[in-house]
Amino acid sequence: MRRAEFVTAAVLALMSVYLMWKSSELEIGYITGEGPGGGAWPFWLSGIMLICTGFIAVNCYRRTSPPSQSTEPFLDSYGKKMLLLVGGGIFGFIALVSIISMYGAMFVFLIYYLRFLGRHTWTLTMTIATSVPIVFFFFFEALMRITLPKGMKFLEPIFNYLNTIIY
Amino acid sequence: MKLTRRIALGFMFATGMMASVVTTTTPAHAWEPTKPIDFVIMAGAGGGADQIARFLQSVAEKKDLTVRPLVPNNKGGGSGAEALIALNGASDKDHSILVTLNSFFTTPIRQPNLGIDIQTFTPVTMMGVDPFVLWVHKDSGIKTFEDWLAKVKADNGEYVMGGTGKGQEDSIVIAWMEKNFDIKIKYIPYKGGGAVAKDLAGQQIMASVNNPAEAKGFFESGDVVPLIAFSDERLPNLPDTRTVKELGKDFSYYNQRAVVGAPGMSDEAAAYYRDLFGKIYDTEEWQNYMKSESLEPLPMDAATQKEYWKTQVDRHNELLKAIGG
Amino acid sequence: MMEILGLLSDGLWLSLQPTNLILILIGVTLGLFIGAMPGLGSVNGVAILLPITFLVPPASAIIFLAAIYYGAMYGGAISSITLGIPGASTAVATTFDGRPLALSGRASLALITAAIASFIGGTVSNVLFTAFAPPLASVALSFGNPEIFALMLLAFATFVGLGGDDIPKTVFSICIGLVFAAVGYDEISGAPRLIFFDISGFLHGVNFLVLAIGVYGIGEMLWTIDSTRGKITSTDAKMSVKGIASDAKEGMKRGWKGTAIGSFLGFFVGILPAAGATPGSLMSYGVAKMVARNPKEFGKGHPGGVAAPEAANNSASTGSMLPMLTLGIPGSPTTAILLGGMVIWGLTPGPRLFTDQSEFVWGLIGSFYVSNFFALVINIAFIPLFIWMLRMPFTILAPMIFVLSVVGGYAATKDMHDVWLMLGFGLGAFFLRKLDYPLAPAVLAIVLGPIAEPTLRQSLLLSSGDPSIFFTRAIAGPITVIAIILILLPLFKIIWTKIKSSSAETPAQ
Repeated sequence: MRRAEFVTAAVLALMSVYLMWKSSELEIGYITGEGPGGGAWPFWLSGIMLICTGFIAVNCYRRTSPPSQSTEPFLDSYGKKMLLLVGGGIFGFIALVSIISMYGAMFVFLIYYLRFLGRHTWTLTMTIATSVPIVFFFFFEALMRITLPKGMKFLEPIFNYLNTIIY
Repeated sequence: MKLTRRIALGFMFATGMMASVVTTTTPAHAWEPTKPIDFVIMAGAGGGADQIARFLQSVAEKKDLTVRPLVPNNKGGGSGAEALIALNGASDKDHSILVTLNSFFTTPIRQPNLGIDIQTFTPVTMMGVDPFVLWVHKDSGIKTFEDWLAKVKADNGEYVMGGTGKGQEDSIVIAWMEKNFDIKIKYIPYKGGGAVAKDLAGQQIMASVNNPAEAKGFFESGDVVPLIAFSDERLPNLPDTRTVKELGKDFSYYNQRAVVGAPGMSDEAAAYYRDLFGKIYDTEEWQNYMKSESLEPLPMDAATQKEYWKTQVDRHNELLKAIGG
Repeated sequence: MMEILGLLSDGLWLSLQPTNLILILIGVTLGLFIGAMPGLGSVNGVAILLPITFLVPPASAIIFLAAIYYGAMYGGAISSITLGIPGASTAVATTFDGRPLALSGRASLALITAAIASFIGGTVSNVLFTAFAPPLASVALSFGNPEIFALMLLAFATFVGLGGDDIPKTVFSICIGLVFAAVGYDEISGAPRLIFFDISGFLHGVNFLVLAIGVYGIGEMLWTIDSTRGKITSTDAKMSVKGIASDAKEGMKRGWKGTAIGSFLGFFVGILPAAGATPGSLMSYGVAKMVARNPKEFGKGHPGGVAAPEAANNSASTGSMLPMLTLGIPGSPTTAILLGGMVIWGLTPGPRLFTDQSEFVWGLIGSFYVSNFFALVINIAFIPLFIWMLRMPFTILAPMIFVLSVVGGYAATKDMHDVWLMLGFGLGAFFLRKLDYPLAPAVLAIVLGPIAEPTLRQSLLLSSGDPSIFFTRAIAGPITVIAIILILLPLFKIIWTKIKSSSAETPAQ
């Protein structure tokens, strides 16, 4: 935990420096007669962030913050596995959206989570995995008129057919 | 008819029931949209351009002119740069159209690294042009443009005007006035026309350059006074307001309200949209809207529109150079 | 006064006509679900249903839209409480106490408190609206940029105590939220800003919902699974008619102060066109916590912490209609779209609307009262459904929340870029959460930042760069001074206790 606190502070410090550098593309000073320039707000706030990470590191060194006193590992084997399975699952879900559409990706993700992580029965899994995309489709496309991603070209005929039903 | 169908769909969702809905058939076209049309708006929700887009959508819906709905999609980021990028890279070019204003010309000039060439876009329909007028609050006591000039000169650079931002339509007009009448104005950028109108009504700013549509309510109540119009002719709704042309300056400035298709749209699809927006243009609703909101007609066919774009780009190049934006 | 009551009763009568009443019922129910969906809010509901209203008379149309608006405002609390994801910026503060209550099995108490507080907030603001609309409009106009900035300062001040005990981490969190708020476009210079790696998705900035859903819908969920080893037994939420009555009693007993603060504060902040409902609900939470007998209970599941922001956001929503109707100036994106709707129907919004179209205006105000009442009834009727959802096994609820998050993240801006960004925020939030970084301040900062920065700079442009403008103006001055005192108060307290303890030590030596 203590090492993680240090490493995180260092990463956030680097990020702050990057943000300061990026902000300086615009005027960061005080323009006479006009007030602060376009980059001033993010630049100086990132500066404060940098200072904060310094304090966080000092607190960590002096062991005054709870995470720096903890001897527990930052991510134990359960945490790592969880992050990989659940976080990775969401990652896969989002990646699939551009390929098999939001609705298809939803279907696959629900099967993955319910059946393989949740260990629910196939009946329950398939009921939820099919009904959720259908309800979402009618809610978003027909009722709210918000079009969600439709995936790659090969799915077009299916959605064109569905469109003839709802419009 | 439509209303009951939509409400029926609402109930279907609520109760989880599903019923098949009969689709309406419209006369056969050579090409028809097969999915909802992405109706991109170059501005955020609630502004003048957004209002027009939603009006067009409502008319299409009311008259049942499209087999698939127009779905408004606000992409106002980066002065409309986001909308231009979205259309330029649209995956389905036949279902992506754009409601434009003058940032269609100015944004590619001001942000050349976007790599947008507006000449590649597909012209659809010019719905009209929106004139600009200079307004002051009635409590300022200023009645004429001459009085106004005297006041601005007397304030010596402390005269405060609000607008929608450097490089935007109204700032171009203000910059033109500064140059041609030798005045200096303190210009405060706001997020949108609504915020400008509010601060003019509350006298936080002293004057603004705005479309008649945006100032209409305050004008009718007598809170704001029009001083001069930047149109070619006097506006029918403001017959007593002189134009800058009457002062001997050869200048007029309008905001274009046009519908444009994605680059690379097929000719069939372009013909479909021209027909659709032509029909909307001819409706009583749109004609009344143009009249009440002081829009001026400027009908053009596709080839003329492309020519028009060219002249507008040249003109804005010059105007923007003058303000250094 | 009598005249107003006459007009109001005409308006009430109009909205109680069978067609209008049906529209209100449908609108409220629909709005409730739209508002409960993370990523969708009243603005979506109103915008998307606008065209269909073309076919009914304008008065019925706007009544329908007002009903959706009210429904969505009630609905916002539902996802904040049950899922812990604020569905709209106005409901962020509701999560602070609503979520802990739900986790401790008292979701029904939180939901009922939210519903009743919303109703009271809505009613108070309706009455204020009815009685004082025109004079309040001129108050709204006297708030220029310096005044709005001072108000934002005050909003931050009420939140100083909200973070954790770790001051550097809290300050870091506030600053990162404010920096994210600056991404996209600099209003003042008109230049693109902080477009990381030239990705065009950053041009529209970082949407509040993308950060909020990422932090709460993904980060917080991962943290929950990790810290409970996935063995979350679903909350033991019970529901009965008797339960509703006793929850209502308890909610009001402990939450009446918050409700009162929210109802009035929310209204006054809501009528200011640039501010709107979000700062109103945040400030109400902060003030309710300050004046509470035991502020330490806030944030751990105090009904007052649910009542204050909920009363405020409903009150402010009605309040934000005021500048729209009296001046034709929208106070929020939702009212901006409503305004567009009025133009479509051939009405001219502006100072003369009240006199020229009095039937329309009073019909609308009448429908506020009726919608507010039905929103309360329908909301309470649906509470068992939401409680039932909470009782689902966690391995069913969790994937549903992830699906809602991804869809909501997309629906907010219709850009896949933001879905990826949301996942990034979620993973980042997970790690920071594990290290005790408070994340609520970042979420609040991204809401207030886009109001605070431009108003600060517009004010300084006005004064030619002289910051004294915040102190010399009649309204801005006192607000700024109070805000600064509130911000410095905790610092004084620390110094004071140090002095006291050192002087206490001296005699002992």
